[in-house]
Amino acid sequence: MSAASFSAAETQRFSSAVVDFPSTSSCFDIEALSLAYEGKPALRDLTLRVPRHRVTAFIGPSGCGKSTLLRGLNRLHDLNDQVTRNGHIRLEGQDIHGRDVDVAELRRRVGMVFQTPNPFPMSIYENVAYGVRLQGVKRKRELDEIVEWALQSAALWEEVKADLHASAWTLSGGQQQRLVIARTLAVRPDVLLLDEPASALDPISTLKIEELIRGLKSQLTLILVTHNMQQAARVSDYTAFLHAGELVEYAPTDTLFTNPRLRRTEDYITGRVG
Amino acid sequence: MRIPRVGGDGVWRWLSGACVALSLLAVVALLVLVVTRGLAHFWPADIEQLTLDDGQRIAGIARGSEAGEQRYFTANRDLDGEVWRWVETQAIERRETPPELLYAERRDWGPFIGRLTALETPAGERLQGAEAERRLRRALAGDAEVTTLHVRNVEGRALEVEFAQVASLSWPNRMDIGDKLAAWGHGVWRFLSEAPSDGNTGGGVWPAIFGTLLMVILMSLVVTPFGVLAALYLNEVARQGPLTRLVRIAVRNLAGVPSIVYGVFGLGVFVYGLGGHLDSWFFAERLPSPTFGTGGLLWASLTLALLTLPVVIVATEEGLARVPVALREGSLALGATRFETLRRVVVPMALPSMLTGVILAVARAAGEVAPLMLVGVAKLAPEIPVDGEFPYLHLDSKFMHLGYHLFDLGFASRDAEAAMPLVFATATLLVVVIVVLNLTAIILRHHLRARHRALEHS
Ligand SMILES: Nc1ncnc2c1ncn2[C@@H]1O[C@H](COP(=O)(O)OP(=O)(O)O)[C@@H](O)[C@H]1O
Ligand SMILES: [Mg+2]
Repeated sequence: MSAASFSAAETQRFSSAVVDFPSTSSCFDIEALSLAYEGKPALRDLTLRVPRHRVTAFIGPSGCGKSTLLRGLNRLHDLNDQVTRNGHIRLEGQDIHGRDVDVAELRRRVGMVFQTPNPFPMSIYENVAYGVRLQGVKRKRELDEIVEWALQSAALWEEVKADLHASAWTLSGGQQQRLVIARTLAVRPDVLLLDEPASALDPISTLKIEELIRGLKSQLTLILVTHNMQQAARVSDYTAFLHAGELVEYAPTDTLFTNPRLRRTEDYITGRVG
Repeated sequence: MRIPRVGGDGVWRWLSGACVALSLLAVVALLVLVVTRGLAHFWPADIEQLTLDDGQRIAGIARGSEAGEQRYFTANRDLDGEVWRWVETQAIERRETPPELLYAERRDWGPFIGRLTALETPAGERLQGAEAERRLRRALAGDAEVTTLHVRNVEGRALEVEFAQVASLSWPNRMDIGDKLAAWGHGVWRFLSEAPSDGNTGGGVWPAIFGTLLMVILMSLVVTPFGVLAALYLNEVARQGPLTRLVRIAVRNLAGVPSIVYGVFGLGVFVYGLGGHLDSWFFAERLPSPTFGTGGLLWASLTLALLTLPVVIVATEEGLARVPVALREGSLALGATRFETLRRVVVPMALPSMLTGVILAVARAAGEVAPLMLVGVAKLAPEIPVDGEFPYLHLDSKFMHLGYHLFDLGFASRDAEAAMPLVFATATLLVVVIVVLNLTAIILRHHLRARHRALEHS
């Protein structure tokens, strides 16, 4: 089914005003965000509020702009000077593109886990200590404590505690991804962005990651990009459906999956499109 | 060299295979020729004594033959005027290897072949026969003192040789294989550890080894930071665009400029330009004799640093480009700045490439001769440029270099033919140095590849 066959009512965008979070405040406020690569639009006039200490899932067909949106939230696009942006992103009320914003500090607050695990070519310990050291922590005792805490939070401690000084590259894919999560947790972020964190993993590793995500929301805000509908349904509290750079529908996960307002959403989640 | 793989087509397969075989053969032949002739030079060969049909007597070491004639190395340049003799094989009536024939290397006039007749000691004694030989052996071992040797060649012409003039002395015809091996080892050691003597046709090459190494070390100290920083700037700091592309092309083309051109540049800019100014500012009291305004260690090192700069830049850039974007982003996402990411992730991962680049640069520099002839290499500088006198390292002094020494031995010395074995020995040394450096580079690169493969699999 092509976009042309949607009715006019259906293609009308829903603003985040539709969703309110009765029990929490908003973490990210995205307002009229448009983003283009070399003039080619990838996000169009996107407005969305992400709730604090909840798991929000971004779903949508491949190439719809999920990763682009995620990378906008910690300003990874800054590295690419072909990217142009319009609109605002606020984190806890503060514009992340403001003049007085320290990008490195922003990225520490907004941690990111990528699709393929990317541990550094160092030991397990050094991987986790990496960001902590950047914060100026030098004392061995303190580092040891943070490393252990982070590895435990990422449910990896029991598997690696015997040899923390083994190379991170000797771990399995699932372990590596949990190591990357531990590494990110170690710098105490407020938000954790996860870009298809389990898509390269086997089912058992995927389950472990999902458990982990559910457990972490008491500590921080999580945003999960996934193309796996069941996964979104299992772990997220809110779900946003993106299509061709636009936000199509945004609702509490239960509502979106059981009672979508739009045909486009229904078609996608039932597997007829995308 | 990498031959494209052409499956199926038989002709191509054979042709490319033949090319590989030919190249391999050429390399092996070159190495075998240089190394065998280089190492054979130190082997104490038997001395033959020939009696010809006209009654003449000759003593020498057989070195090759051609169309019914044999060539002998007869030494004794001071007696015969030359050191080689061609002898018709048919004219030889008798061949012997008399055990008492000795082979002495002298610091002047080159080797001597003949017999010991008498010996003078500092006490004024005059020893003869077996007693003289015993005393001489003890003197050679350092246990006794001797002043003058009285010797005769096989024709009976007498000669006096001061003992101090003797660099080494042996009776090859009396040696068994063990003695010969020991003498061979000793000869190699002397070659490596002594200064040249007798107008570069004798002695060792130690100042040339030292000069080569010192120059190459100074060169790496200059080229490494410059090359690495240039590559970092090009790859990590500069905005990628037409300008960076142009600079990259220029750098790669720089690698193809003939090395003598660098020599001319070094002479014009470093020696005359920089050196001339340094002299007029700091060493005016010594003018008109130049201090830095003439070729020397510093200028040679700088010239070669310039010559090898592209090698280091290209290798470093390759290493930097190989560091996955995912790892850079991983570091940035943890709150690292771009500089911190560079320092803690990117540079450590590119380190093997940088090392490879430096080693390749060193290998290239160690073998360059042409530019050095313009900027400071010397035919003979037996004093090495490091000593106990302030400033200990004499950057303005001339130095010797293996490559230039090779050229000088073979083509510019008084007796090029006599020096030929030394040419091969020096060439062997140069080849060994460069092979070792290249092997190190290959092993490093292999290591690097293995690390990157490990990442791709994860
Ligand atoms: N670095 C880039 N340069 C140019 N275009 C890009 C780049 N990254 C993504 N795009 C384009 O932007 C659109 C959205 O991509 P992306 O955000 O990666 O989608 P998703 O993660 O939903 O699969 C795609 O059309 C893609 O081709
Ligand atoms: Mg994506």
